[in-house]
Amino acid sequence: MAHDPMAEIRASFFVECEELLESLQDALTALDAGAQDSETVHVVFRAVHSIKGGAGAFSLTALVTFAHRFETVLDALRAGRLAATAEAVRLFFRAADLLQDHVIAARDAGPPPADEAEVLQALDALAGSDDDETAEVTDFQPMALSFDFAPPIAPDLAAAGPAAWQIRFLPRDGFYPSGNEPLVLLRALARLGAIETRCLREALPPLDALDPEQPLLGWSVRLRGPSNEAEVREVFEFVEDICDIGITALPGEAAPAPADAAPADPPATTALPLADRSAGGAGPAAPAPPTPATPAPTFATPESAAPTPTGAATPAPAPAAPAPTPPAATTPAAAEHATVRVDLDRVDRLVNLVGELVINQAMLAQSVTEAGLPANSAVMNGLEAFMMLTRDIQDSVMMIRAQPVKPLFQRLARIVRESSAALGKEVRLLTEGEATEVDKTVIERLADPLTHMIRNAVDHGLERPEARLAAGKPRDGVITLSAQHRAGRVLIEIADDGAGIDRARVREIAVAKGLIAADAALSDAETDALLFLPGFSTATTVSALSGRGVGMDVVRQAIQSLGGRVVISSDPGRGTRFSISLPLTLAVLDGMVVKVAGETLVVPLSAILETATLGAEDVRALGPQTSVIRLRDAFVPLYDLGAELGYRSPKPSYDGGIVLLCAQENGNRAALVVDAIMEQRQVVIKGLQQSCGRIPGVAAATILGDGQIALILDPADLVHNATGRSRVADLALAG
Amino acid sequence: MPLTVLAVDDSRTIRDMLRLALEDAGCTLHLAEDGVHGLEVLQGIAPDAIITDINMPRLDGFGFIEAVRALPGQRATPILVLTTESAPDLRARARAAGATGWIVKPFEPAKLLHALRMIAG
Amino acid sequence: MNDAMTPRTDAEVELLSFRLAEQEYSIDIMSVREIRGWTRATPLPHSPAHVRGVINLRGTVLPVVDLSTRLGMAPVGGDARNVIIVVQIGDTSAGLLVDAVSDILALPRSALQPPPDLAADAAHGFVAALTIVEGRMIRVLDLAAVLPPGRADAA
Repeated sequence: MAHDPMAEIRASFFVECEELLESLQDALTALDAGAQDSETVHVVFRAVHSIKGGAGAFSLTALVTFAHRFETVLDALRAGRLAATAEAVRLFFRAADLLQDHVIAARDAGPPPADEAEVLQALDALAGSDDDETAEVTDFQPMALSFDFAPPIAPDLAAAGPAAWQIRFLPRDGFYPSGNEPLVLLRALARLGAIETRCLREALPPLDALDPEQPLLGWSVRLRGPSNEAEVREVFEFVEDICDIGITALPGEAAPAPADAAPADPPATTALPLADRSAGGAGPAAPAPPTPATPAPTFATPESAAPTPTGAATPAPAPAAPAPTPPAATTPAAAEHATVRVDLDRVDRLVNLVGELVINQAMLAQSVTEAGLPANSAVMNGLEAFMMLTRDIQDSVMMIRAQPVKPLFQRLARIVRESSAALGKEVRLLTEGEATEVDKTVIERLADPLTHMIRNAVDHGLERPEARLAAGKPRDGVITLSAQHRAGRVLIEIADDGAGIDRARVREIAVAKGLIAADAALSDAETDALLFLPGFSTATTVSALSGRGVGMDVVRQAIQSLGGRVVISSDPGRGTRFSISLPLTLAVLDGMVVKVAGETLVVPLSAILETATLGAEDVRALGPQTSVIRLRDAFVPLYDLGAELGYRSPKPSYDGGIVLLCAQENGNRAALVVDAIMEQRQVVIKGLQQSCGRIPGVAAATILGDGQIALILDPADLVHNATGRSRVADLALAG
Repeated sequence: MPLTVLAVDDSRTIRDMLRLALEDAGCTLHLAEDGVHGLEVLQGIAPDAIITDINMPRLDGFGFIEAVRALPGQRATPILVLTTESAPDLRARARAAGATGWIVKPFEPAKLLHALRMIAG
Repeated sequence: MNDAMTPRTDAEVELLSFRLAEQEYSIDIMSVREIRGWTRATPLPHSPAHVRGVINLRGTVLPVVDLSTRLGMAPVGGDARNVIIVVQIGDTSAGLLVDAVSDILALPRSALQPPPDLAADAAHGFVAALTIVEGRMIRVLDLAAVLPPGRADAA
């Protein structure tokens, strides 16, 4: 089973980068708002520092280089050599955005951002402005890691030195407090060859004057072996500065000269020259009993207790990591609530299985009913309980896929920064409810529509600074982005405090484009809703941002394809608000099961306002193909579902027919004629897009209790496609 | 190398790599995310060596090392510092806090093991 | 049902042959996933004539194509005697409604001949090759032509 741990760690690294970038955004936002505490600055520094550190391990050179230059400036900031002025923070925001681009480029092996030169220059200028101090010698090389465990540092036998070395080392202050241990050094030497050791005790005072914490002993070692000087010196790599070390080459395997002379210099004061000294038998190595180099060091027996998996203490959102780790606890958790990283495929599989469970349970219920068991028999009661349990499991499983909208909001914050800069407008973005959780797929598919709406708000919604001041508004435009749960759905709103919709102009354009009749009487809400019609655009000049041919109709379709609704409301002079209502989950739907021309269909309950039975006098014909029904004081257009769906030709009479009154996005209503209403129930949504492409009027499919497939309708889309004309035109015709 | 090691680093990626390098070599590894956490984890174990990062939230590497050295029984525990730069004053500061040795990250696993062996025997 | 695991050399091809009215057709068995008895398909509104609708294949929604209609001939009809062959090309799966399945044939590739260029033949664009087995002519279909991606898009 090919299992590349480094690939997993790499994938996990990019997830970590997302979290770090998020915390970077938060901290910069705090700085921007005037936070003065050092911890915020440290968070900023550490985020960039950690990204750099991890990136180095995977040789992501472009990312490392950029991060390094960013980090350099941030280091000056945290050391107090640089102040967090508003301008500096703006620069940091741009650098953070570029850093994010670099991370994405590194992750997807795409080209690095092309527009970083200006930011880099500005960063360097800031960093350079404090060059009275540290040019810290950054010995900084990104190294690719290979985990193939080649034996460490094989001695270079070709450069074998003389056959023996005379080594003296005398620990000085700082040796023991830094956890060093002469035995460890001696063992290291013993690994290089055969050693004879002598302890140098000359500096030992009498016992009553002995301070056991002072380094008073030294060692003299003769090493026989093929090592060269570099290898010997390497043993003392960490203690060079806290030890007196003398390394001398001895010629040949000279028999140790029996010179038992006292050491030439008192220990602990004179640093012995590290250069070679000509040996000439001056070495004090004596045939003293060599300290036996213990062959195999024994260590404390490793405990069998592995880190207890109570979960990692990350405040990261629940599951979404693509790294296939089984509930991998990194460490026992501290106070924060424990999370577990789970492979997304596993979550999706679970969601599908639960969907199947619901379907099977419905089939079981059907069979039981058909078997004719009495309503309060044990079987029926058991089935009831089973259904409730399934419902609970389903709710819980759906919430696993839910994630906070915060990363999406942060992305939109970046859009605001970039577009306001490009347009020369000052814009503040306020967010509420960033912790609101929404299904992961919904978040992904909301990104584009929301981006477009935000750009629109900046571009068209908000006035230019001069106009705002002239209108008595503050110079900064404000856009509010909010998310909340309400009545089993998710509500997301984008509101601006701009000039609102210019309704006169909108009417003008709609008439000019033939979207409405010249004398059509429209309410304010209906006028506002004209913006959702395809091909509509009020922009007199195609701005660099909005002139991309993506109209609000595409945005609305995207939201509708998620089972959502979007509504515009506008207050002239005060601002415009988009309200988006989304289902909590994409997988199930509360629907009304109906029969049309012998076919069973499901209509989403959320689209139905009311149902009614028709009498002959309720129906009026408007034209050869159009009828309306009279509902209290209004006329509502009628759609014969059997005919619209192509199952049969239009019925001659609707007397006794049943209608579902459905709401359109623009507040208008439509009456859909069905043959019978069967029941209301929750159904599992099966996508059709993949297998059958897009079918107008049909949202998806579901599998009923009898195993048959029933189509799930999209009433708004059905109506939209039914007549080919806007419903507004119909009303206009009705006078 | 059957050592018991405590490794402290706020980057999950670095912790993953430490685990990969050390557990494959036979070490028993305990991990912590910052200095405070490291001190907590330390209470239950008797490591043969400690590896720590410098830049961490709550309690940084220097603070952590000083705190460790102040604990009875931990004065002689070898401590290896992970640093992204090998600047001399950084090492001096680490030494002053009580570090035994250091290794530059990104580290090669072989070098890490070698450094561990050098300080822990 | 699938003998798709039977090892065969590159010089051989395995075909699943089936009947549409009086004629015999076949497809490469590598594309065949399973064979099901007839089930009523839920019709899709505004779909082309050859798309009968969708059926429930163990929890997935499978579009069903009336192969005879698709090839430009009279519809298969659809009753309990018919068979649905579930095929897969790339990421797309679909069911082909046919009259009955005949046989699995293992043939050397050399036995396949190019189809005659008869514009009058209704199935013309969909036939990749011809072969003769026991005196019967069998048309080998080009599945990719029968089921181009996105074929069920409504008007």
